[in-house]
Amino acid sequence: MKNAIFNRKQLAVPYMLFLLLFVILPLLVVVYYGFTDAEGHISLANFIGFFANPRTLGTLIYSLVIAVIVTIICLCMAYPVALILAKGAYARKHAFLMVFVLPMWINFTLRITALKEILTLIEGNLALYPFINTIICMVYDFLPFMIMPLFNSLTKLDNSMLEAGADLGANRAQIFIHILLPLSIPGIISGVTMVFLPAMTNYVVLDMVYNSTYIMGSLIGSYFSSYDWNNGSLISAILLMMIGMFTILADRFTMEKEA
Amino acid sequence: MKKSIQHLVVFLVLAFLYMPILILTFYSFTSSTMIGSVRGFSLDNYVTLFTEPALLSMMGGTVVLALGVGLLSTILGSLGAIGSFYSKRGTRLFVELANDIPIANADVVTGFSVCILTIVIFGIDKSTFVPLVVAQTALCAPFVYLSVMPRLKSMDPALFEAALDLGATPVKAMIKVVIPHIFPGILSGFMTAITLSLDDYFIATYTKPATFDTISTYVVNATRGSQTQIKTALWALSAIIFAIVVIAVVIMNLNKVDSEEERI
Repeated sequence: MKNAIFNRKQLAVPYMLFLLLFVILPLLVVVYYGFTDAEGHISLANFIGFFANPRTLGTLIYSLVIAVIVTIICLCMAYPVALILAKGAYARKHAFLMVFVLPMWINFTLRITALKEILTLIEGNLALYPFINTIICMVYDFLPFMIMPLFNSLTKLDNSMLEAGADLGANRAQIFIHILLPLSIPGIISGVTMVFLPAMTNYVVLDMVYNSTYIMGSLIGSYFSSYDWNNGSLISAILLMMIGMFTILADRFTMEKEA
Repeated sequence: MKKSIQHLVVFLVLAFLYMPILILTFYSFTSSTMIGSVRGFSLDNYVTLFTEPALLSMMGGTVVLALGVGLLSTILGSLGAIGSFYSKRGTRLFVELANDIPIANADVVTGFSVCILTIVIFGIDKSTFVPLVVAQTALCAPFVYLSVMPRLKSMDPALFEAALDLGATPVKAMIKVVIPHIFPGILSGFMTAITLSLDDYFIATYTKPATFDTISTYVVNATRGSQTQIKTALWALSAIIFAIVVIAVVIMNLNKVDSEEERI
């Protein structure tokens, strides 16, 4: 009798309902709210307002600028580290990666507080350099998230590829450009995804270093405080669209590389 | 790259990552109110941390919330992974796709969207903790799912059938055969869920009861205020969390070395 009652497939039902109700439905609601006005009529007013208003458009551009700078700095710092850990002097010491990703497990607000104290000691008054401090704190916060995927993709890379390159007469720079870099693109893409989006939205970092300029996340925060659900939803919907495009592009890029 | 340059790069990046937290740990044992000014040794910060009611309740609340969300996410995510693993391709594809959404999404958007649904549309009171727990679970459960799935894929499908042939009921086969095999995945999913909940700021801000604070929301509010006693007590908290994380990582690695030796 028990066979009839218990079916392995049914175990997924609670999770499927949960995903439908609390992951998919909230996003549909946000998209609906983003494109309706306060009375509930479908309208593009919020959407057009966002792109017509120099203040909100400026916020979008400012967050893109911050995200690009933070991502590039993280990539430039993380790549050599990941390479050294995966293929260099530390290649046999796997526990060493742990040392680099360990800070991830400490609450980020406490880590930023710690860095703030150091920056205050160096700069005197944090409020004097809001932009630079934002960049430093974000790089500090997100660096481990860039190191990990880069390490994972570099460590899987077959050493004989590099040796073959060297045997065929390639110098170090040629090996890097023609072998290492192309083969580590999936790792670079997943690292960039893990840093770029938080850099556009993590407005707490800006708050903590007294940077009063808004990024996309701050807009949601401020609409939330003023109970403006429609505009808050619109920003969420715009971010969702960007995430969607980003994911599709990244997937296509990795698939092409693998093919 | 030359060996010496490699060591230098590793050293510099480690210094950048660890210097702030190490310096803060050092100063948490002094009576200084800002770093750079050396005063005598003192445990005052630790005394404040464990006697001030606001600090105690925010630490306790954060830990209880993380454990609750961790447990709920682990049950939902693990069952979801087992169920979808044995389901038809279409069902599985749907679950995997939906599962990826909170992982790719910005926490701000996850928090805000669940806030709109549960609080604005369903009218659930924030002070019931339901929106907060639901929203954090929506973030954490997908990570549990992702950490259980590879263990299921690596399992010999004949094991479950063999248990049935030997007379076990499907429930018993599930508990005695499948769960033990995927247990490492369940455990690491649980740990990930807990860390995510402990680290979360954005979801908590949008969905938490007004009088409840997690470590993140408390710290952010404290940096806006000017109470130096609270500020330096938080240094002590950083030092303690740092120590716990280091000990946990060391133990995890020792276990890993042990199990690798056993395999040989």
